[in-house]
Amino acid sequence: MSLFRSLVFTSVLVGLIAGTAVTLAQFLGTTPLILAAEVFETGGADEGHSHDAGAATEGHDQASTAAATTAEADDHHHDPEAWAPADGFERNAYTFAANVLTAIGFALVINGLMQISGKESDWRHGLIWGLCGFVVFMLAPGFGLHPELPGTPAAPLFERQVWWIGTAAATAAGLGLLFFQRKPWAAALAIVLIALPHIIGAPVPPEGEHALAPEAMSHRFVVVATMTSLFFWALLGALSGYFRRRFEA
Amino acid sequence: MSATTITSSASSSASRFAPALLSVFFGLLIVGFTGFSPMEAAHNAAHDARHANAFPCH
Repeated sequence: MSLFRSLVFTSVLVGLIAGTAVTLAQFLGTTPLILAAEVFETGGADEGHSHDAGAATEGHDQASTAAATTAEADDHHHDPEAWAPADGFERNAYTFAANVLTAIGFALVINGLMQISGKESDWRHGLIWGLCGFVVFMLAPGFGLHPELPGTPAAPLFERQVWWIGTAAATAAGLGLLFFQRKPWAAALAIVLIALPHIIGAPVPPEGEHALAPEAMSHRFVVVATMTSLFFWALLGALSGYFRRRFEA
Repeated sequence: MSATTITSSASSSASRFAPALLSVFFGLLIVGFTGFSPMEAAHNAAHDARHANAFPCH
């Protein structure tokens, strides 16, 4: 099997397993909190949030019609005309698909990087890569922009996306230097790279706005989302290390 | 003997580098789409996954 095909094959397999597992974990952990927060966001079941509009109807055609008819009352900045999956099975199915796709994407990244690093792989080696992924894609960005429930005030989306991506890139570069350059200057530069995004600071939400959901609920969401992500990355890394070695032969 | 080993390992590492880099690139492309695509339908479909993965949302 060519190397690229074996990397893709490993990543798809790992992504399917890790994406399924994390969907189950989210179904029990984060999704109930998101749904509960949306009730605060819409301020009651009769107002038209595009996600909740489907609750009273069946099928997303009716849901989008319902969302469109209540568009006037909706000050949420989603485009109410836009398609959204209906609550219940359809919404969970799309969450599942998004999780599997994301997991395949992350698996392609760490399998490719493990390949480039050239060390032989096993599940423990993969687990360390997975934990680095957790630090790069969850802990470091989440330190400045913690996982948010719907209805949490926030800075403009684009600024946050830029800071998020910059933080993940700087942290990844820092960890790469720490692991692969055994020189004092590299370690010093690594610390600077990891600290820099937080010294610059994440974009802050506009003053005077408050989260709609209770603070205890937001805090719970941060903890649950972070732990779910730890589980996801540990699984993704360990499985990648394990399968990559098996398919290499 | 050792020279041949070094040459062959160098050429094999070069031929292994490109597919591995391609894999990283495709992976980032996929994550970029599921986590950052501004398309409203893509956002709504991946909404709960985005929140749970702490991608900036809304």
